[in-house]
Amino acid sequence: MEITITAFGIAKDIFRTSALPIELEDNSSVDMLKQELERRFPELAKLKSYAIAVNETYAANDVLIKPADTVVIIPPVSGG
Amino acid sequence: MKSIDIQIKSSALSLEEQLAFVSDEASGGINVFVGNVRNQTKDKPVIKLEFEAYIPMAIKEMELIATEALSKYAINKISIQHRIGTLLPGETAVIIVVGSAHRDDAFRACRYCIDTLKKTVPIWKKEFFEDGAVWVAAHP
Repeated sequence: MEITITAFGIAKDIFRTSALPIELEDNSSVDMLKQELERRFPELAKLKSYAIAVNETYAANDVLIKPADTVVIIPPVSGG
Repeated sequence: MKSIDIQIKSSALSLEEQLAFVSDEASGGINVFVGNVRNQTKDKPVIKLEFEAYIPMAIKEMELIATEALSKYAINKISIQHRIGTLLPGETAVIIVVGSAHRDDAFRACRYCIDTLKKTVPIWKKEFFEDGAVWVAAHP
């Protein structure tokens, strides 16, 4: 399946786009997505941390991604 | 009556508006936290900050913080507003107002809200210096 990852903050700079298309096997987990992202963008591993949000909620590594999900990469937040 | 006010704005925040929302006769104590843009970071002058947010999720996470604060502390009303876009030193990025019967819970809830907001709400700031710019807190 192909999904599009929306990126904010430094993740947008690393991807060089705010909407990254990515090909994943069906029923891939958040963890598998992170591995694929880090393979393509080694700079991600240098961040303090980053999270994946699925449908506007922080997603644990074992959450499975469905084709219609809204998937967003959340680099370290710095509001306030 | 609604006890939570959460907003993300691209224009200036209004402490008066938030105070008006939180004020009621049940609240003898109102605590306010105002977060402003500082003019320097590690001795380097800051020219401006740019804030961006993943707005729908940021609103949800701020609502979660306010709901949690209402259940953890004896408070009546809470308003959390955050600004996005370009801000100059001295301008206000965030205002939290908490009303409570007694001051102690208002202080504690206000602190809980700003501390948690900084950890969980998907908002990012980029600091611009004379010689470049960095996303705050991105790297260890």
